[in-house]
Amino acid sequence: MSTDDATSPTVVDLRAASFGHHGRPVVTGIDLTVTRGEVLALLGPNGSGKTTLVTGLLGLSEHLGGTVEVLGTPLDRLRDRTRIGYVPQRHTLTGGVRATVSEIVSTGLLATRPWWRPAGRRDRDAVRRALETVGLADRARFDVDTLSGGQQRRVLIARALVAQPDVLVMDEPTAGVDHASQGVLAGVLHRLATSGTTMLVVTHELEALRGVVDRIVELDAGHLAFDGSPHGYAAHQAERARAAGRGAA
Amino acid sequence: MSEMLALDFMRNALLAALVVGLAAPMVGIFLVQRRLSLVGDGLGHVALAGVAIGVVTSTSPVWTALVAAVLAGVAIELIRVRGRTSGDVALALMFYGGIAAGVVIINKVDGAQTANLTGYLFGAITTTTTADVIVFAALSAVIVLVTVVLRQRFFAVAGDEEFARASGLPVLALNIVLAVLTAVTVVVAMRVIGLLLISALMIIPNAAAQQLSASFRAAGWWAAGIGVASSVGGVVTSYYADTASGGTIVLLAIALFAVAALAGTLRRAVAAARHRHAERHLHEHGPGCGHEAVAHGDHVDYLHDGHRHAAHEGHYDEHADHPPADADPGSGGVAGARAGRHTLGDREEVTR
Ligand SMILES: [Zn+2]
Ligand SMILES: [Zn+2]
Ligand SMILES: [Zn+2]
Ligand SMILES: [Zn+2]
Repeated sequence: MSTDDATSPTVVDLRAASFGHHGRPVVTGIDLTVTRGEVLALLGPNGSGKTTLVTGLLGLSEHLGGTVEVLGTPLDRLRDRTRIGYVPQRHTLTGGVRATVSEIVSTGLLATRPWWRPAGRRDRDAVRRALETVGLADRARFDVDTLSGGQQRRVLIARALVAQPDVLVMDEPTAGVDHASQGVLAGVLHRLATSGTTMLVVTHELEALRGVVDRIVELDAGHLAFDGSPHGYAAHQAERARAAGRGAA
Repeated sequence: MSEMLALDFMRNALLAALVVGLAAPMVGIFLVQRRLSLVGDGLGHVALAGVAIGVVTSTSPVWTALVAAVLAGVAIELIRVRGRTSGDVALALMFYGGIAAGVVIINKVDGAQTANLTGYLFGAITTTTTADVIVFAALSAVIVLVTVVLRQRFFAVAGDEEFARASGLPVLALNIVLAVLTAVTVVVAMRVIGLLLISALMIIPNAAAQQLSASFRAAGWWAAGIGVASSVGGVVTSYYADTASGGTIVLLAIALFAVAALAGTLRRAVAAARHRHAERHLHEHGPGCGHEAVAHGDHVDYLHDGHRHAAHEGHYDEHADHPPADADPGSGGVAGARAGRHTLGDREEVTR
């Protein structure tokens, strides 16, 4: 079954999917369909398998069962991996050397061209546009190490955006970023959401993403525990708190 | 100088030093980036076993060393991929096994005289033949060419392997190509600075370059320049001072590192002294942020509460090209003359 990638309303489609490491499943039985333009927050306690699930989509953890389709193509046959933009949670961006913001962002385009072809004018334009989107155009030439934690996080977002992915997968984009920079970061995510970017955001800090997220999925011990609207999630949590209260009484 | 150049072996030595000084830092920067600075050292140890096999079998030690180093380089990558904690021990076994076997075999064959062994361990540049130099030049050309073409990819993989893999780059293949390049570099440098010191020429010029540059691109140029200066300079010095060439090259590289570190510190101090941070600045300026944008030299300032802010590194700088009304004309003139740069003359009050 093949669908027209550019217009397919389904971006990610998981059916009874399981992912894990070294042959051992961490998340199992996941049914999840993400449609174009959705902004989905993936919640759950540490060890619930959130990161394993999203890295599974990126081919970084093992796909152990069920079906996984990205833009109508089974995951293992997806050639152009830049269709899924990845924003990892990282502390260092460059390893042991200095590099400028635009040098980092340019690496997001490498997989889109053959190994022998150097970056062209179109590539440089794409880098500039990605930096404009995250509000770092005027810092393109500075050493990335001199930027604040929040700005570095936006560099990583630009690196994922530069190849114009169909879906952006982010691991804890607001973690370890001070409160003020979180506001700026949330502004960038809001701008992306209103421009129709599909996003899958692993997070602990739902508060920081208020107004951006339009669907919440919660994982617990490797299974889906909730899938619904932010409003429904609040009710779900209240219900759970009541149940816990009764249990304690 | 002309007297030195009249000597055949010195011409060969200088040529070999030139190609090694260029190639070694170009490969070495990715080892620095991956924080695997000592891998070159380990490959040098294993190459000695290759040399020994060449001595025993009377084949050219360059080629047997190359085979041994390449195999070891590929093995390192495969061990790293498996990510076992025992990997570290496996590397130690390989590295020390290599050098121990090399020493035992070469001494056995050469008898008590260890000149040959010393030559491989610490460099014996004056014994470099014209045929050697041609091989070294050809191998160095391959190293430089491959490194230039794949530079961006090596940079991406060494900087963030996980992202590189997710975006679809062939991470393992690139790491193996880099390992082979490292092995070839070790062998090319073997005669010039010796197997025990080769890692220094891959690492130290890059460490020095990091002091002088803020971009990966600029650091590459600096490192190549410093690498060539230390290797060629080291050979010339060793000729006049009658010192061991390998050690002289490395000491010169360390001296250049010290100079670069000093220059970098001075430059940062000057930059810090002549520029003013704006107040703690939560707002991020940009197109449509509501503040007037003013072109200023090669960048854009934003008019913010009556003063001008320009993005610099992670913060905003104060950029005023007109002196405040109550400032004395002298300092105003200085500030005016320096328009477009970070100014000392700017004494604006910042908003709280
Ligand atoms: Zn503004
Ligand atoms: Zn300015
Ligand atoms: Zn301002
Ligand atoms: Zn500044």
